Amino acid sequence: MLQGKKVIAVGERDGISGPAIAACAKAAGAEVVFVATECFV
Amino acid sequence: MPDVVISAATQVLAHVPGLARHGSKPRRELPKSDEVAERFAASLRSFDEAAAYPAHQVWIGNLHPRDLPARPWSEKAGAPQRTGRFGEIMPEDEFFGLLAAVDDFGLFALSPELAERAVAALSAHPLAKAFDLDRIEKAVADVDAVAAEPKALRLTDGAVMRCGQADDESLAAHVLIDNLASKATATLALLHLLEGSGIDPTSVEYVLGCGEEAIGDRYQRGGGNLAKAVAEAAGLTEASGADVKNFCAAPIPALVMASALVGAGVFQRVAVIAGGSLAKLGMKFQGHLAKELPVMEDVLGGTAALVEADDGRSPRIRLDVVGRHRISAGGSAPQVMQALAVEPLVRHDIPMTDIDDFATELHNPEITEPQGSGNVPERNYRTIAALAAAKGDIARTDIAAFVTERGMPGFAPTQGHLASSLCYLPHALDRLTTGDARKVMLLAKGSLFLGRMCQLSDGMSVLLERNESEVRT
Repeated sequence: MLQGKKVIAVGERDGISGPAIAACAKAAGAEVVFVATECFV
Repeated sequence: MPDVVISAATQVLAHVPGLARHGSKPRRELPKSDEVAERFAASLRSFDEAAAYPAHQVWIGNLHPRDLPARPWSEKAGAPQRTGRFGEIMPEDEFFGLLAAVDDFGLFALSPELAERAVAALSAHPLAKAFDLDRIEKAVADVDAVAAEPKALRLTDGAVMRCGQADDESLAAHVLIDNLASKATATLALLHLLEGSGIDPTSVEYVLGCGEEAIGDRYQRGGGNLAKAVAEAAGLTEASGADVKNFCAAPIPALVMASALVGAGVFQRVAVIAGGSLAKLGMKFQGHLAKELPVMEDVLGGTAALVEADDGRSPRIRLDVVGRHRISAGGSAPQVMQALAVEPLVRHDIPMTDIDDFATELHNPEITEPQGSGNVPERNYRTIAALAAAKGDIARTDIAAFVTERGMPGFAPTQGHLASSLCYLPHALDRLTTGDARKVMLLAKGSLFLGRMCQLSDGMSVLLERNESEVRT
């Protein structure tokens, strides 16, 4: 599903971190173009 | 190493509706729409409303968080109470006077009318002797003229902040009022600590600051030291100090460092202090206005704690039961909580059910939920309880009871370092002395990634216990 797609990975502090999302997206063949984790508190 | 105790802790709030629009979010958003700005102004709370708000009564010690009524608290307000066992809620006029009283550089200007009201009120304050009222008189100015000075910031009709240097963004007026507000709230908390504990102010040898403001310059943008400035303002003439920075997590490392300094015999008495964060005022106002709620981020917090050698009665801080979030630990919520709430207890074979109270990030959900940020403490407690179940300390069916009995509702303003369990410290001291708790764990988490220097979180935890030798495990 993500093969060849560009992905922006924005994680959430209390949920899944940006790098974790990026690692999954990359493993699924995506090109991760931006990674960040945010704090919405 | 001798045992170390936390012998006192205080907490204050300053109700500052006039400063709320100078929070980082309102400062950006309100100029975009007159209509929103008008709704914002019309949704600010009166002092009596803020002083009656149940979460604020928890903050100053008139109520334990587990005794809060069912929400919405904004509709459950009782009679306003300005003072509590832990400190006070200071009205805005007085706080403006306090800002002037701790302004060493004459940058803060007040109208004659506002200064007169502030002096009158602060003269009648129980801590009046500690306030430099002459400074307030000296702050009197033609505020319209001051507001016309280059880079000055009009705060309210009667108050203006000058910049420190026109071409230095770290000394811009809006930065300096953040720093001055932090200094003032921390000073107020520290003065309450001195008054309540009755100790000789000259006996405090060191002060660690753990507030969010990173004061600085000339070209040391976050290089500063607010702790020593606060120590001076509170009359701790024999103290030095330094700041501990770690985003919202800073208070627990500061508490642990202070305790280590005492335990190692470097100092006999160390104070840990933090002021409020003006930049966080009104941060979630859009959610509040959308739900027709008052703008609830209208208060600045302040806190102070006293760390010293074992006095035989105050709760001990267990420096051998400190949890830290290792770089290799992983950044998911369960991984962070495993490092903080589980690992230090496992090291000492302490079941999680031995902990009477877990104090975690105690953000007030009534503030965070309307903006879609959810209930932060509840999320933390569910994670802790799930880890307790995974560890086998409780049955899965007991998760809800674990959350209710060992957790608590959040009650802190969204000034993360204050919410990050530090706000529970005065309650913890009560529970571990006159109450029936034997062990309390404080946990703090911080979002390091916000500074764009790494993708990491951080956190630290520490165990407090009742001062009874038989409790030692």
